[in-house]
Amino acid sequence: MADPMKIRAQMKGDSAEIRVLMSHPMETGQRKDNAGNVVPAHFIQSITVDVGGKRVIQGQTGPAISRNPVFGFKVKGAKAGDKVVINWVDNKGDKRTDEATIS
Amino acid sequence: MDALRRTLIKGAGATGAIAAAMAAGVLKPSQVLAAEYNRTAFEAKDVAGALKGVGAGSTTESKDIVIRAPDIAENGAVVPVDVVSNIPNTISLAVLVDKNPAPLTSAFDFANGAVAEMALRVKMGQTSMVEAIAKTSDGKYFIAKKEVKVTVGGCGG
Amino acid sequence: MKKRIGALVAAAAMSASFAVLAQQPAKKPAAKAQAKAAQKAPDATTADFEKFRDVLEEDNPAELFEAKGEELWKAKRGPNNVSLAESCDMGRGVGVLKGAYVQLPRYFADVDAVMDAERRIAHCMVKYQGFKAEDLAKKPFSSGNYTPELVSLTTYVAGHSRKMKIAIPQKHPKEKETYQIGKEIFAYRAGPWDFSCSTCHGEDGKRIRTQNLPNLSTPEGAIRAFQGWPGYRMTGGVMHTLQWRMNDCFRQQRFPEPNYVSPSITALLSYMGVNANGQVYKGPGIKR
Ligand code: HEC
Repeated sequence: MADPMKIRAQMKGDSAEIRVLMSHPMETGQRKDNAGNVVPAHFIQSITVDVGGKRVIQGQTGPAISRNPVFGFKVKGAKAGDKVVINWVDNKGDKRTDEATIS
Repeated sequence: MDALRRTLIKGAGATGAIAAAMAAGVLKPSQVLAAEYNRTAFEAKDVAGALKGVGAGSTTESKDIVIRAPDIAENGAVVPVDVVSNIPNTISLAVLVDKNPAPLTSAFDFANGAVAEMALRVKMGQTSMVEAIAKTSDGKYFIAKKEVKVTVGGCGG
Repeated sequence: MKKRIGALVAAAAMSASFAVLAQQPAKKPAAKAQAKAAQKAPDATTADFEKFRDVLEEDNPAELFEAKGEELWKAKRGPNNVSLAESCDMGRGVGVLKGAYVQLPRYFADVDAVMDAERRIAHCMVKYQGFKAEDLAKKPFSSGNYTPELVSLTTYVAGHSRKMKIAIPQKHPKEKETYQIGKEIFAYRAGPWDFSCSTCHGEDGKRIRTQNLPNLSTPEGAIRAFQGWPGYRMTGGVMHTLQWRMNDCFRQQRFPEPNYVSPSITALLSYMGVNANGQVYKGPGIKR
């Protein structure tokens, strides 16, 4: 199973700053391992962010996102105590959902 | 909620019913099926193809999109890119790396207070333009570019 | 002097060819290769790197490995089903991690030896949890999608010394001796290129391509041996500890690579660490 994300969510002025670290190999399908075999493509394809029960961000990604992806977003109108729920799904159907509370 | 329906990534597979259900609070967000993966855009081998894939037929250059990225990347495997659109009613952002084998890196839609701004890290195989595309709620596309030099490429892994 | 190094190197179980290599006359003057290494890149490049290094450090995937390390540290594991949290003394008392990393390597009475952080954790895994030393040494470095448990554990332990001053003790005679041995290994020239660590790291302003080579014999440079390690390496996207960095430099020096957690590495870490005493450690970092 995929390792947990690290989510940081903090109020800065009138908006919440959300930063997330994801544990994922983001294999392009071009890389060869030490034995010379091509490592199959394995990358996150879709990401959603919900704040306070509402979908605020949804996106799609390709293999050119760096390994162990890092994303930063900003949400206006959120407040301390709101729950942030982030979800990703990759091209093999693996997925992961984690949450944090805005501080 | 309407905003999410007309944006870059949902072009391919959005159904009004899901968006409406979300808006009405019928479905919990986690139960909503992700929009179908926009394979056409992500597998396009050049910028023109990628733009077409996300529905951006024509784009207008804009100084109101700010790209923050290094002039020279220390390592092409991890190039930090920040994009902010100051164009009113921006509902989506996409980031492309011209010279990558497949230029489109990601596309995000913003709604319910999410600001048209994002930070991400991309792989770059060689020196290239990094492009940011912003889509506004009236269906217009804007573009900005910045060159990033790469001495140590990052597409090996 | 020479004898002690020879003995140490043997004790460190470097391969037997070490001695042979050491006796060969230098074929290539080191100066030539180094002149090339010292070629200056424009300083604006370094400034740009530094600026974005801060951006990269703000959200560092190293945290993912710290989290993994925490899980491993707290879990009851191994044949003995014991946790490190309830058994392992990193020098500040059993289970106490705050400030432990910036005081290592140090002398441990229970083994009557000086140990660095990773070696100490490996020791605890063998002694208390019942893991086999050979197994820990089998594949000690990260590659591809593989991260050794010891790497995550060391990252976790290091994370408890963020923003703390490096204060490696030099009280016990064995601590002083270890420092001296480290100093000697650092200056010990050998191998096909007649290189020592100080060939590359004993002067200010050296570079290989765009990489600055820190002068590890000064306090300002020595901190670079600590700072950012354990580090998330952008190349390959893997987490590495100083054990890997030392091994890789031995390789660059065309020396046989030392065994995993060998005493010669503890000695080098002592030497560089003590030189950096008093400076502030920022925590697990990011490396090119
Ligand atoms: C052939 C030149 C060479 C020799 C000899 C050499 N190194 Fe290195 N060392 C390097 C390079 C190259 C780097 C990587 C610098 C970078 O990536 O910024 C490095 C990095 C390091 C670092 C990490 C510095 C940092 O900023 O993270 C340490 C510590 C270090 N070396 C110690 C040693 C020790 C101890 C020895 C002797 C056993 C040694 N080196 C021998 C070339 C050398």
